[in-house]
Amino acid sequence: MSDFALSRGNWLERGIGALRLGRANLNLRLGAGIVLAWALVALLAPWIAPFDPIAHNLPDKLQGPSLAYPFGTDNFGRDILSRVIYGARIDLQMGVIGVLFPFLIGTTIGSIAGYAGGWVDSVLMRLVDVVLAFPFLVLMLAIIAILGPGLYSFYIAMALVGWVSYARLVRAQVLVLKTSDFVTAARSLGFGRLRILFRHILPNCIAGSIVFSMSDVVLVVLSGSAISYLGLGVQPPTAEWGVMIAEGQNFITTAWWITTFPGLAIVFMALGFSLLADGLAERLGLRQR
Amino acid sequence: MSLLEVRNLSIAAGASTLVEQVDLDLAEGEVLGLVGESGSGKTITCRALMRLLPAGELRISAGSIHLNGRDLARASEAEMRKVRGVEIGMIFQNPNSHLDPVMRIGDQIAESVRYHEGASAGEARSRAIELLRQVGIPDPARRMAAYPHEFSGGMRQRAMIAVALACRPKILIADEPTTALDVTVQAQVLRLLLDLRDRLGLAIVLVTHNLGVVAQTCDSLAVMYAGRVMERGPKRELLRMPAHPYTAALLGCQPGSANPAEPLPAIPGQPPAAGAFPAGCRFHPRCPRAAAICESERPALRALRDRRVAACHFAVAP
Repeated sequence: MSDFALSRGNWLERGIGALRLGRANLNLRLGAGIVLAWALVALLAPWIAPFDPIAHNLPDKLQGPSLAYPFGTDNFGRDILSRVIYGARIDLQMGVIGVLFPFLIGTTIGSIAGYAGGWVDSVLMRLVDVVLAFPFLVLMLAIIAILGPGLYSFYIAMALVGWVSYARLVRAQVLVLKTSDFVTAARSLGFGRLRILFRHILPNCIAGSIVFSMSDVVLVVLSGSAISYLGLGVQPPTAEWGVMIAEGQNFITTAWWITTFPGLAIVFMALGFSLLADGLAERLGLRQR
Repeated sequence: MSLLEVRNLSIAAGASTLVEQVDLDLAEGEVLGLVGESGSGKTITCRALMRLLPAGELRISAGSIHLNGRDLARASEAEMRKVRGVEIGMIFQNPNSHLDPVMRIGDQIAESVRYHEGASAGEARSRAIELLRQVGIPDPARRMAAYPHEFSGGMRQRAMIAVALACRPKILIADEPTTALDVTVQAQVLRLLLDLRDRLGLAIVLVTHNLGVVAQTCDSLAVMYAGRVMERGPKRELLRMPAHPYTAALLGCQPGSANPAEPLPAIPGQPPAAGAFPAGCRFHPRCPRAAAICESERPALRALRDRRVAACHFAVAP
C-alpha cells in the first residue's frame, strides 16, 4: 500500500522530469519530438510554406509531385505541401481545444460525482449513460446539424459529447482516493469538502486523465477531419486535412497525391500523440513496464 | 478540571454496538494511554472524538464528548471543522500514507495555518519552518520544499506531527504513532511527543497496543477490551498492580516479565468478533478467574483506591 503511494507519488515532479527529454523513454522522446515538430510547422506556417494555401493557380493544376511542388498540386493548382503545412494550424487547434473543454468539464463533473456520492452521483452518472447510449459520431453529427456547420459547432459538440470519458475516469479514481489515508488526515485538519477535493484528491488522480487526454487528441483530430470531410466542420477553401481529403477524392484515380499527403499528415500527428501518451503513461508509472 | 471529558460514549455500526459506555478524562498536559488488543475499539473511539467515523457505517449512538463546555458529539459538521486541527490535532499510524504524496511538506503544514487563521503566505511559511524545527527536522527551511517520499519514515512521522500541530491545538490524538517505525525511531518520536507536551502544554491521547510505549510515556491509562473500558487509572499504580485480570494478562504477555527460558505466555483464545460479544463480562471466556456470575452479569466500572476504576466482579483492590 505504501509502495503504491510512493510509486504514484509526485507525478508533478516526475511530469516535469519527463519533459527533460534526455532522460525520457523512447516513446516519449519520439512522441514529444513529433508533436513538437507539428507545433513548429503550425507556428511557422507563413514562413515555411512555399505558396499561398488558398490562391488558385489554374495553369499548374493537378501536377504530380515535382521539385517545384514536392507534394503536387490540386485541381485548382494549389500547392498540397503548403496546404498541409497550413492545415497543421487548424488540426492542432482542433486537437487542443477539442480536448481541453471535455477534459475540464469531465474532470469537474467526475470528481463531484465521485466525491459527493449518493443521488448527485446517480444523476450525473445516468447523464453519462445517456450520452454513451448514442454512437459517438452520430451524436456529434446531430449536435453540429442543430448548431450549423463550422469549427465552433465542432468544439461545442466535442465538449458536450467528449466529457463522459473523463468523468468516468476521474470518478473511479476519486472513489478510491476519497477513503484514502491522506484524505482522512486532511479531514482531521478541519478542511472543507471542496478544499479536500480540489487541493488533495484531484492533484493525486489527474495524471491518468492527462495521459488519456493525449490519446484523446488523436481521436478528436480524426473525428474533426471526418466531420470536415463530411462537410460539417471546417469549410473550404480553408486548408484542413479532412477537407483536403474530401476535395481530393474525385481525383483519387488520376491524382493520388491530393488525398495521400493530408492523410499521411493525419497519421503522423496521431502517431505523435499516441507515442506521447504511451511514453507519459510509462514515465508517470501508470503502466507496468 | 478536565480539558476533555468523555462520558458514556457508545459507537454503533447498524444494530450492533462496537464501543460501549466509554468514559475518559484528559487534563491539560496529561498523556493518556489507550491500550488494548486489535479490534478493541481504540481507534474508532479516537475517530469518534474527532467525529471522523466513516459516514453511513459508524455513528455515535450515545454519550457526550465535552471540550471547553461544548458537546462535540452533538456539534454540527461546520462547528467540527473549527475543532479539527485547531483544538484537537490528530496523527496517524502510517506516515507514508497519511501525508499528501503530491504536496510539498511545507505547504501541507502552512495550509491549515492559512485556512484556519487566515495567515498570509509569509506568516504561514515562517510558522511552518518553526514547526519543522520544533519537531526536530534539521535544516527546516530547505526541507520545506521536499515531498513526503523524500523523507525517511521517522522524518515523515515528525512532519505529520508538525502538520497536526500547525494551528497549536491543545489536544493531540496519536493513533499508534510509532507502530510503523523501527525501534530506535520509535523512541525518538515518543521523546518528541513528551518534549512537545512539556513545551506546549499539550494533552495527548496515545493509542497503542505496546505496553512498553505506555510505560515510557503515559501518565494514566485506559485499558479497552471488546469495545469496553476494563480498567482506568494512573499508570504507575495500574502497571504495578493491575486490578483487572485482563490488564494482568496483558502485562503477563510482555517480554521480560516472565522467565526468559520459557515461551512467552499468551492470553488463550481470541478476542470476540464485533457484534458477537459474549454476555456478562466480555472477557470471561478467556479469563483465568471467571466464575458463574461473570457469564450472566456484566460488571460495572467500580471505583477503587488511587482514582482507579475497574470493571470486574473480582477486581483486586490495591
